Amino acid sequence: MTAILAAEGVTRRFAPRVTLGDRIAAALGARVDRRAVQAVTDVSLAVTRGETLGLVGESGCGKSTLGRMLAGILPPSEGRVLLDGAPPMRAGHKTTTRIQTVFQDPFASLNPRQRIGEAIAEGPVSHGLVTRAAAPKLAADWLARVGLDPAYAQRFPHQFSGGQRQRVAIARALAMQPEVLVCDEPVASLDVSIQAQVLNLFLELHRALGLTCLFISHDLAVVRHVSDRVAVMYLGRIVEIGEAATVYAAPRHPYTRGLLASVPKLSLDGAAVEFQPIRGELPSPLSPPAGCAFHPRCPAATDVCRAQRPALSPRADGTLVACHHA
Amino acid sequence: MTAPLLDVRDLRTEFHTRAGVLRAVNGVSFTLARGEILGLVGESGSGKSVTGFSLLGLVDPPGRIAGGSISFEGQELVGLPPARLRELRGKRIAMIFQDPAATLNPVLTVGAQMALAVQAHGGGGDRAARDLAARSLARVGIPDAVTRLDAYPHEFSGGMRQRVAIAIALLHQPDLIVADEPTTALDVSIQAQILAEMKALARENGTALVWISHDLATVSSLADRVLVMYAGRIVESGPVAQVLRAPLHPYTRGLLDSLPAMGRPGEMLAQIPGSTPSLLSLPPGCPFAPRCPRADAACAQDPPVVGTEGRMALCHHPLT
Amino acid sequence: MTAFWKEYAENRVALVALAVVLLVVAAALAAPWIAPQDPYDLANLDLMDARRPPGFVGSSGYAHWLGTDAQGRDLFSAILYGLRISLQMGLVAGASAMAVGALLGILAAHAGGWVEGAIMRVVDLQLSFPAILLALVLVAVLGQGKAQLVIALVAAQYAYFARTAYGAATAERQKDYVEAARATPLPGWRVVLRHLLPNCLPPLIVVGTVQVANAIALEATLSFLGLGLPPTEPSLGMLISNGFQYMMSGRTWISVYPGVALIIMITAINIVGDQLRDQFNPRLRR
Repeated sequence: MTAILAAEGVTRRFAPRVTLGDRIAAALGARVDRRAVQAVTDVSLAVTRGETLGLVGESGCGKSTLGRMLAGILPPSEGRVLLDGAPPMRAGHKTTTRIQTVFQDPFASLNPRQRIGEAIAEGPVSHGLVTRAAAPKLAADWLARVGLDPAYAQRFPHQFSGGQRQRVAIARALAMQPEVLVCDEPVASLDVSIQAQVLNLFLELHRALGLTCLFISHDLAVVRHVSDRVAVMYLGRIVEIGEAATVYAAPRHPYTRGLLASVPKLSLDGAAVEFQPIRGELPSPLSPPAGCAFHPRCPAATDVCRAQRPALSPRADGTLVACHHA
Repeated sequence: MTAPLLDVRDLRTEFHTRAGVLRAVNGVSFTLARGEILGLVGESGSGKSVTGFSLLGLVDPPGRIAGGSISFEGQELVGLPPARLRELRGKRIAMIFQDPAATLNPVLTVGAQMALAVQAHGGGGDRAARDLAARSLARVGIPDAVTRLDAYPHEFSGGMRQRVAIAIALLHQPDLIVADEPTTALDVSIQAQILAEMKALARENGTALVWISHDLATVSSLADRVLVMYAGRIVESGPVAQVLRAPLHPYTRGLLDSLPAMGRPGEMLAQIPGSTPSLLSLPPGCPFAPRCPRADAACAQDPPVVGTEGRMALCHHPLT
Repeated sequence: MTAFWKEYAENRVALVALAVVLLVVAAALAAPWIAPQDPYDLANLDLMDARRPPGFVGSSGYAHWLGTDAQGRDLFSAILYGLRISLQMGLVAGASAMAVGALLGILAAHAGGWVEGAIMRVVDLQLSFPAILLALVLVAVLGQGKAQLVIALVAAQYAYFARTAYGAATAERQKDYVEAARATPLPGWRVVLRHLLPNCLPPLIVVGTVQVANAIALEATLSFLGLGLPPTEPSLGMLISNGFQYMMSGRTWISVYPGVALIIMITAINIVGDQLRDQFNPRLRR
């Protein structure tokens, strides 16, 4: 049980780009918004070798930003990301090939003017994992492994459906022989029947290759299905993290509870389904609420929630929760 | 039983493309009672959205309604002059789109465009229009409705914008609302709020609702009846609970089993092999046959309707 | 590719324009074989045949269908050879400007920071005054000759390509496939050459087509002003210029026919370019 990938107090800010025009406008007295958006604030977590950690949250919670920092594509503003004790990027550029990423939209993540065989073999050839002569064989092997006809290597991405493209994207990532795979909403843009195929492929490959995975999704059911542990994010912070079975069966944080209650469930018995939606809306990340960021929407909020931010603290069953009242 | 609000018979909508004729909606029939919520479920390319657009006469060239009938309160909508359709569309039938930007004009305040919508259908003076707009916004759960009237669409969040679009749809208390994936782009917590409100609104006002979605779970928690579409046809229909508990069509079964919520965590999901067929080159017979575990030689013929109008499937080998 | 071609063929005007361009290129390539006379070989010229109207049968025994110029040159032959030079200059200058401009533009978009600022400010500055001005100054400084002219044309035109490439590349670099390439990670030069460049090509090809036409026109202008190619290599511009002094005396053909040839060629190339732009622009697609 050793951590292979860890975030230590990472924070990521996105400052608006101040252009020359903005400076002139500001000099003339116009109000130019220079507040930075803090997408991720002081997050620490560790991914254990061989596990799948699910990262859930709604849009704007910072899960993709955290994922990109862990994947070594985006440098943190503060804190550090460590892969076996060493940072995955240097001077703003990714240096390791041990982490690979699968992106959400397979229509956008494949170069439309590159044959898919080349897309799969390009990275391994570039890093000397295989020789140029062995590249076609590598591409064919991976295509077969993700359930596509190896003869497709000569085709372009537009000749494939969404599900097939996502298979190609998975093949491209795995052909780099990574130890860690970061999946950012890999099935969000797929139809239900295709989504099941891709999830099955993911589970199968994860087991066969002994991969460590970070699985980012807004879909709670999908995350539950693939994850060993799950982390719930709200407004740039982790509010609850623990064994998936525990978190789903007995959510501690009021936000996790509300989120789970919001998911429409298949009502097989025909009973009327009543929702208990979370009140209100996500606050602007430009001016997050003081204290616990969830307090304006929380049914259990008290004065202490408004004044003091709860720390992520361990409970008896090993789950970590950031709440004064959980 | 009283006459249905909407009676669709053998609706066919085609798109004439460079590559040939695409039969997006291929003989769809259903009825909708006043105040009923009907879920229209299917994957991309199943024809569910085109069916919705056809109901409102919003199919643009190269698409056209090639046949069938849409009867709304006994009035035939197919072939109705555009001006008459437009009148109906604002007042009696409303549409909500997946992307509220399709409804909202970015350069007008929400109040101004709502007032325009009211007055376009003879809604009285400015004052009255504004009041109606404010009430409509309040009804869909927008706090501070009166002050928010002066805000522009971009000043609302995604969920709030969708509520505004719903408020506009509700302005004239229409008899029928066609909603095309209205919560797909929204977060679950916001989706839950809107689903709860839509359900309440339909109940209170007796508004009939056609809810088009790819998400079986959403539909199951909202609709009374469900239609499952595949390759331009309705392959199964019936009361939601019955269809979900004991689906007749292998496709519906497969769709249900594909849901991660139906499987055990970490275990393989039951998957439907293959992918949806191209509507340009549909082979004769059952379009689902190439992916179907129960298919045999009989499936090369057009599948028969099994069951009754209220609970039917289009299949040679229905599950029982 | 076939679908693209089918769509192109639906526009009859563009189809005719393409045929004209191909015809002009073929005629220019085949000039030494189809021209009745080598207009550069002074031994072939007879001053007795000078300034004859179209249709005149000269001393060498064949008809001058487009007449002759002041040196007794067969105009039809001169135009064929002129096309050859004009097209050659246009293509070489256009292609070089495209290479230089595209690389600079994509580099600016990829590198960002001060590199981006420096390149794009120079480009903007240059786009803000007429290209011909810069070309005139450069030709005046560098002197006459093919190489000098190409340098002048490239310097005058690369900015259009740089602007187009920069615009396309800034749009492309936001896309996931570029991020995916960086996440692999692939080396920067590979991201630029294998991923950004191929996806920026469609708008560049459109601009390239139009800029070839512009280069031809620019070269003709410079030659007309006497600043282009030396008289030993007469391009269309120089032919027009040579005939200009006879316009008033009624011998209009000496200028008019080369002018018509120039207009037909430039118009045809522009129509082809317009159609390509329409087809590459998804917003205009039906």
